[in-house]
Amino acid sequence: MTAAPQLKPERTAPMMQLHGICRQYVVGDQLVHALDHVDLRVEPGEYISIMGPSGSGKSTLLNVLGLLDRPTSGQYLLKGEDVARLDDDALALHRQREIGFIFQFFHLIPRLTALENVELPMVLAGTAPKERRERATHVLESVGLKPRMHHRPDQLSGGERQRVAIARAIIMQPSVLLADEPTGNLDSRSGAEIIEIIEQLNRNGIALLVVTHDRNIGDRAHRHLLLRDGKIAEDHARDPA
Amino acid sequence: MTPLDNGRLALQALERYPLRTAMLLLAIAIGVAAVVMLTAVGEGARRYVTGQFAALGTHLLIVLPGRAETTGTGIQGMLVGETARELTLDDTIAIGRSPRISRVTPVVPGAGTASWRSRERDITVLGTSAPMLEIQHWVMQVGRFLPPGDLDIAQPVCVLGAVVADQLFAGATAVGEWLRIGDSRCRVIGVLAKQGLAGGFNVDETVMLPVANAQQIFNTSSVFRILAEARSADAVQAAKRDILAIIKQRHAGEEDVTVVTQDAVVSTFDSIFGMITAGLAGIAAISLVVAGVLIMNVMLVAVSQRTTEVGLLKAIGARRRQIIALFLTEAACLSLLGAALGLIVGTAGTWALKLAFPVLDFAAPLWASLSAVAVAVASGLVFGILPARRAAALDPVSALVKR
Repeated sequence: MTAAPQLKPERTAPMMQLHGICRQYVVGDQLVHALDHVDLRVEPGEYISIMGPSGSGKSTLLNVLGLLDRPTSGQYLLKGEDVARLDDDALALHRQREIGFIFQFFHLIPRLTALENVELPMVLAGTAPKERRERATHVLESVGLKPRMHHRPDQLSGGERQRVAIARAIIMQPSVLLADEPTGNLDSRSGAEIIEIIEQLNRNGIALLVVTHDRNIGDRAHRHLLLRDGKIAEDHARDPA
Repeated sequence: MTPLDNGRLALQALERYPLRTAMLLLAIAIGVAAVVMLTAVGEGARRYVTGQFAALGTHLLIVLPGRAETTGTGIQGMLVGETARELTLDDTIAIGRSPRISRVTPVVPGAGTASWRSRERDITVLGTSAPMLEIQHWVMQVGRFLPPGDLDIAQPVCVLGAVVADQLFAGATAVGEWLRIGDSRCRVIGVLAKQGLAGGFNVDETVMLPVANAQQIFNTSSVFRILAEARSADAVQAAKRDILAIIKQRHAGEEDVTVVTQDAVVSTFDSIFGMITAGLAGIAAISLVVAGVLIMNVMLVAVSQRTTEVGLLKAIGARRRQIIALFLTEAACLSLLGAALGLIVGTAGTWALKLAFPVLDFAAPLWASLSAVAVAVASGLVFGILPARRAAALDPVSALVKR
């Protein structure tokens, strides 16, 4: 990291800013516009739900925001830095520091214990083992899993697995949590627990973006995005109710 | 990510698929064990042969008739024919006059039958003379060796090898008895202690006669070989020049003998067997390369099985280099563990061979074991690169879509 960013992010600057983002795929001989000139501002600490029919581009939007996917064109400023054209390793570094992911299928590494799964981002970041252990234990405790931290994923219930995944997502203290159908693979009670946990994290200051099919979950967010055919069809604050 | 973390993650991944890991370890272990054991056999053979020749005696020069090089005689030579002049007893005596030669003895070997009373035995007859005992470092069991004296006097005496004495006399005292060899008779004056093999020649099955006796029995006036001992190791080359000069003078200006020195023989065999050993190691090393291809195959399967895992690692911030390092470490751990296992198996196998064939001193040379491990690890790494790069190049989005 030699060059300093040209623009010093201001306090009031948006955390994420998309300008005319397009993402196109070629499927067979057909060009698919997964995202079609999307403009979006996400402020720090926001709670946004992203909804829309299948194939509307919800997951693609989340992946672009999470730097897993690169837009075909357009500008993406993450904390004021243009990240649309960074190379793979620079993107990896930003993901490590700024973004926490929660997936529908948890994506825990099956041969590692809950504790080791949570430690993994710190292993990649080169954190010292002792600090790693302390922080992971602490975060697992905060999601109520301390007693089961030496269990492997196959010894945990779905809800517990997702709680491990949340612990892993927040261990690097990211500024945004991206959740792709976080309750899609859980029963309603576990799902409610998971939503409760991530909403608590949001109340503590982390921005939260949730992609979901579930209206009940989507409606809980403070701001609702509706995608249709790769475009943001609706963008409004929660109905006061 | 520290190497320690890397190694731990790699081992955990290997532990996850015990059967597959075991199979790969086996493949590598077989390769390394093959290198260790084959080179051990080669090295054992080398030590055996050089040991045999070294046992023939130090500072030894062997004179044989004829020249060990091609000489052109042209059309005339082909028509008339040209045979090397034979060595004689007089040549032996003349060589013995060189100040650089301490002992000299002729050798006239042949096959014969020895009989005592009703017992009869096929033996090797060796016509030689008194200095043979010292030249060959033989030890007497009982009695004395052939008496010194003029080489051309055929005294009717003989000395028996240990096995001949045991078999023919079966416990009876041999010394003083008359033994019949072919048509002649001789008195046994001594028995050699058991000598074992030396230079592929079994002394224990031999009857030693004065050279003139042997020449009578085999009806020849020539000498098969002349053995000479230089005064010191430093004098060997000078002694060789002396012998050539003496023979040239005696054979009408023809240098028509070959003088083989003991160290030349030993070093020739040494290098031949060294090459055979290296060749065996090379052949065995091929199996290590095959094991490397196997590693590549399995690692490619592992990468496709763990696609989502790679996607996840990328999502939580793993860089390209880190993913390559993870998979390469896995390949390296496999080949290192396999190599270690192979060393153990190979060493145990060598030990078993030693028990089965105590005559041969089997021992894998250090260079062979070290290079077997090096080749195993290198092939693991080289063949691990492709799968590791493939993993690192995976697109995280599509990698995470799969369950």
